Amino acid sequence: MALEVMARARTPIPLDVAFQVEPGELLALVGHSGAGKTTLLRTIAGLWRPQTGRVAVNGRAWLDTAAGVDLPTHRRRVGIVFQSYALFPHMTAVQNVMAAMDIPDKAEAERTLDLVNLHGLADRKPAQLSGGQQQRVAVARALARRPYALLLDEPFSAVDRATREKLYGEIIELRRHLAMPVVLVTHDMNEAQLLADRMVVIADGRAVREGTTAEVMADPDALRAMGIRELAAMLPAIIVEHAADGLTRLDAPTGSLFLPGVEGKPGTRVRVRIMAHEVILSRLRPEGLSAQNIIAGKVVRIVPGVGPGVIVYVDVAGHEILARITRRATDQMALAPGDTVHVILKSMSVARDHVARAPDPSQAAE
Amino acid sequence: MDWTALWLSMRLAGWTVVVLLPVAVLMGRFLAYRQFRAKGLVEALVMLPLVLPPTVFGFYLLVAFGRNSPVGDLWQSLFAHQLVFSFEGLVAASVIFNLPFAIQPAQRGFEAVPVEVREAAACCGMSPVRSLWRVELPLAWPGLITAMVLTFAHTLGEFGIVLMVGGSIPGETKTIAIAIYDRVQGFDDQAAAIMSAVLVAISLFTIAVTYWLSARVGRRLS
Repeated sequence: MALEVMARARTPIPLDVAFQVEPGELLALVGHSGAGKTTLLRTIAGLWRPQTGRVAVNGRAWLDTAAGVDLPTHRRRVGIVFQSYALFPHMTAVQNVMAAMDIPDKAEAERTLDLVNLHGLADRKPAQLSGGQQQRVAVARALARRPYALLLDEPFSAVDRATREKLYGEIIELRRHLAMPVVLVTHDMNEAQLLADRMVVIADGRAVREGTTAEVMADPDALRAMGIRELAAMLPAIIVEHAADGLTRLDAPTGSLFLPGVEGKPGTRVRVRIMAHEVILSRLRPEGLSAQNIIAGKVVRIVPGVGPGVIVYVDVAGHEILARITRRATDQMALAPGDTVHVILKSMSVARDHVARAPDPSQAAE
Repeated sequence: MDWTALWLSMRLAGWTVVVLLPVAVLMGRFLAYRQFRAKGLVEALVMLPLVLPPTVFGFYLLVAFGRNSPVGDLWQSLFAHQLVFSFEGLVAASVIFNLPFAIQPAQRGFEAVPVEVREAAACCGMSPVRSLWRVELPLAWPGLITAMVLTFAHTLGEFGIVLMVGGSIPGETKTIAIAIYDRVQGFDDQAAAIMSAVLVAISLFTIAVTYWLSARVGRRLS
């Protein structure tokens, strides 16, 4: 059930983007507000019609301006989570979910609410639910439609940071049950990196870069549109133990990592986002340093930036860590590809919301 | 107390509401959701009965419904009596002069339904009709109730247009408002006073019920 999207328009915003999302894949459309991401999502749902466009699921066209096909929204099997959630305020949570079913089934709707961790709140009206709970109802309602494509329009932007972290984990967990293509619209690069398999960077209505999340997040040219400070590597890790002082020891391919209080039981797989500008490099293994993480690696390549900075790609046990340092520093250190360096990472430089549950590889999508 | 006139007024108001309800839903929804070039003009036309002197408006309706008009002709050939100076003619006139009282609040009611909520209904697979029934009407209905109550109360009190189009035929077109006028002309102040008081009570009751209902809805939704 691959989703193909092509949209071209001159007004009201110039748009020229095409992409494809595979079944079970989560594609993030990232870009600044006004770049055209939401318009693309609305095109898929049939809430907006580009001058030229094609939207097809599994080869079946929902929109094909060349062939004169344009199914109305209610005939397209899309599940959408709006930024404002757009729950039906006069219906309870379970009624909201049932409203999206072909044949309303209360037991089934309650199971869907359980799936998004909303057990026992089925009879509350949206106004009696917190922001995070409303978001979960919106997700459950979108799933109840049994959609051929799931669309998420900035679904985490209206909740506080703590709730957002929790919801990230839930969405990652939920993806095991999802066999359809998922499109996430966001301007938050952290969110995109934690959740997406692939990314399309949209700027001024054009796709400036498309690739796997790791590729895009390591590409300074792609990130220029979003801010080079977003450049970051992603490291898989497993929680080993929570120390009494509040630090968590994780087992990563790079060896042990010490990070401030990561939530989860020992054995939990997580992914850690390591911001390139937080990384310090050293030729010699430093001693007497406050930083808790010092990892040896090999310089793969050095890419100069447009300003005074360069990006050093360091291979650590088959994983790439990115360091954004000054050109002056690389000159002083006389760094060259093939050199051994020590990557230094302060524990405190990894923000809580830069660690998320990793999808469990042993349980693929059903 | 002229019970015939009161009953006539109630029937007239009731029929006006019945005919105007679907019109208010369709027009109010249309004006609330659609943006088009002539929207301002359409809205102005709907509001026109509010500012025209009832005699002017009644005069035009009289001409439009009269025996020499296409509408009047058609009516005459279909029902073998003329449209003006009949109860049906009165209902037709009443529907037209109540358009602003019905459509305006209905439009406000539909405007209160957030755009994303309507879009969510479509994304849930609801056809436009189903969306209207399951999502929009339950959310817009305080506006619709207001529309219907205003229409009902306003019909009870309308005088000028009724007199112009209906004349004052007892049991056919003589409404309570006209009956009150007649009594005053005939120096029967006591009857006029009773009928006026009854009209005040009915109007007050209807409006109180509306406020009570919309407060209940407000609680239900918050």
